[in-house]
Amino acid sequence: MSIKKVCTAQEAVKVVKEGDSLMIGGFLAGGVPNILVNALNETTAGNLTVISTDTGVAGSPSHELMKSGRVKKVYASYIGANPETGRLYITGEADIELVPQGTLAERIRSGGAGLGGFLTPTGVGTIIEKGKQKITIDDKVYLLELPLKAHVALIKAHIADEVGNLVITGSSRNFNVVMASAADYVIVEVDKLVKTGEICPNDITVPGIFVNAIVVKEEIS
Amino acid sequence: MNGRELIARRVAKEFSHGNYVNLGIGLPTTVANFIPDGIHVTMHAENGILGVGPTPENGNEDIDCTDAGGNYVSTQKGAVFIDSALSFAIIRGGHIDITVLGALEVDQEGNLASWMVPGRKVTGMGGAMDLVVGAKRVIIAMDHVNKDGGPKILAKCNLPLTAANEVDLIVTEMAVIEVIHGKGLLLKEIAPGLTIDQVKAATGSELLIADEVKFMEV
Repeated sequence: MSIKKVCTAQEAVKVVKEGDSLMIGGFLAGGVPNILVNALNETTAGNLTVISTDTGVAGSPSHELMKSGRVKKVYASYIGANPETGRLYITGEADIELVPQGTLAERIRSGGAGLGGFLTPTGVGTIIEKGKQKITIDDKVYLLELPLKAHVALIKAHIADEVGNLVITGSSRNFNVVMASAADYVIVEVDKLVKTGEICPNDITVPGIFVNAIVVKEEIS
Repeated sequence: MNGRELIARRVAKEFSHGNYVNLGIGLPTTVANFIPDGIHVTMHAENGILGVGPTPENGNEDIDCTDAGGNYVSTQKGAVFIDSALSFAIIRGGHIDITVLGALEVDQEGNLASWMVPGRKVTGMGGAMDLVVGAKRVIIAMDHVNKDGGPKILAKCNLPLTAANEVDLIVTEMAVIEVIHGKGLLLKEIAPGLTIDQVKAATGSELLIADEVKFMEV
């Protein structure tokens, strides 16, 4: 186990480069790394791909990110809560690929788990099957869905220890857990950093092996 | 009782004690208000809760306890939080007994269109495609006709599908219709005060008529 970098959000997001793909955890307003996305919004790297189940909600830092003109490609399952993503979809200014939510989660899981893809019945007989290989197993038709990986993942947890083990609370686990495994560089925003050993191994949601940098939420005075 | 309450109350009667249920956004969510006494069901929220409880009291809202519509919720005793991959493994793996969803169109093959109207604002399918394919039983809770008075129950869906051949039961303010896969739509119940002919006239597909059509009881 190695001690992970603890730094400011501004320093952490410097790793994002022109043309990178980014996973952003959260579900609507729950479990979103808003401090990290805010810091990203102060940088300039463009031509980004964003992988997020909903690209956040109106008025959030993710809304600002979508308005920045820096996002060229999006993978999402639901874009109804971020009006800018809807606008980009209609105008074609960004390539928005709508992916069934379970398929999105499993594509990310496959990416992080070293799998070449998976077979799902979801989307068979719909426009989602266009361009995809269909495979029949035991008389049931499946679509071959391919893995998703990213250069950088921005995720949110409640507690981290110094080696990057994470506790994620309640329904904020959502996409944060799978995204932790599927990016080359994982930055986690946490409410609290504790000494290694203070979290009981039973209580860890995400093992620190996936995590590269920890940003501790600043106290709001 | 208005039509939407009639639909919600009638759908709730389909639940059995011990069922795991996922309710879609809108009308389907209101079904939770009418679950009969003595029937306990566990509500699944696909963003990551199995065992969703009622809206918390003022001051007890927690951003780490929300449902798939982004609303603050509480948890029931015995609830568990799950991540998205596990949540959809539960859905796709056939572990959810019933999902209740709204619809734009349903047809006689059990095809469902609920997520997209070409040329209009697109919001995405969210978890609906996985739910309809994965749940053991798919119940559609919707108005019988659209805002223009046209039928939503059709011989063949016109809009892009959410899933093919997956709908099992359609509950509207006019009728309860079962999808007999490979045969068609079976009219089983009609709302009190209506006639079978009135339901047929508001329906855009052929209907098989049950031997004994009952009035909807709630």
